[in-house]
Amino acid sequence: MTPATRVLEASSHGTVELKIPGRAEWVAVARLAVAAVASRLHFSVDEIEDIKLAIAEACTNSIQSAGGIDAGTIEIVCDARDEELRVTVRDRSTGPHIGAVEPGGLAEGRTEALGVFLIRALMDTVDYTTDPRRGTELVMSKRVTV
Amino acid sequence: MDIKVNVRESEGDAYVVDLTGEIDVYTSPKVKDAITELIDQEHYNLVINLEKVRYIDSTGLGVLIGGLKRVREHGGSVNLVCTNPQIKKIFDITGLVKIFGIFDDEQSAMKALV
Repeated sequence: MTPATRVLEASSHGTVELKIPGRAEWVAVARLAVAAVASRLHFSVDEIEDIKLAIAEACTNSIQSAGGIDAGTIEIVCDARDEELRVTVRDRSTGPHIGAVEPGGLAEGRTEALGVFLIRALMDTVDYTTDPRRGTELVMSKRVTV
Repeated sequence: MDIKVNVRESEGDAYVVDLTGEIDVYTSPKVKDAITELIDQEHYNLVINLEKVRYIDSTGLGVLIGGLKRVREHGGSVNLVCTNPQIKKIFDITGLVKIFGIFDDEQSAMKALV
């Protein structure tokens, strides 16, 4: 094959960074953008829906932890490599984030923890860190199911 | 991204809330307002039709749970109509299938209210 006719092999590796205003009306933009990145890998439609919901819940968590009105800027970084998508969601809040609830059952009425519960149920790995200077960072990943 | 809310009176004292679109942190206050208004008017038997809902997140679930808790205080009930597998999955993994009546059609949801 000559260079002129060679077709470059499509790569699904890459990093996409997105910043959204930390307000409710922008959460849909984040989930649609991350879904577009996830679609570069070989996730099923159901898995992409899971990822969309997890990212939306992370952004919603940032907004609610900031009092529900404005969380400043939310940074979202998507790392797509091999058959795994790793998403980092950062905000500037240093206060208590809505607490983590382990999968296995929610008591009726614990609605404030539903978002974190869903993230943990839908993604393979989830890690929350809060730094007094840098804010809160949620790193979550999901691998393509073979 | 938006949610359309339509409220209509049905059999007996029951009301149906038809929802169309996506229920998230931005749109869920509109759903909450509709349910709260019905309950404030002392309508405690509700069917919430999610057949045309494409997406729901925890804030949407929270609104439904809040409505259910309020009507139960008055001996009422909230039944859901839902056929979307992805949305049913969310009710399943959160365990909410145990506290809501979830039906494939409005007639069944209405019948189960009484």
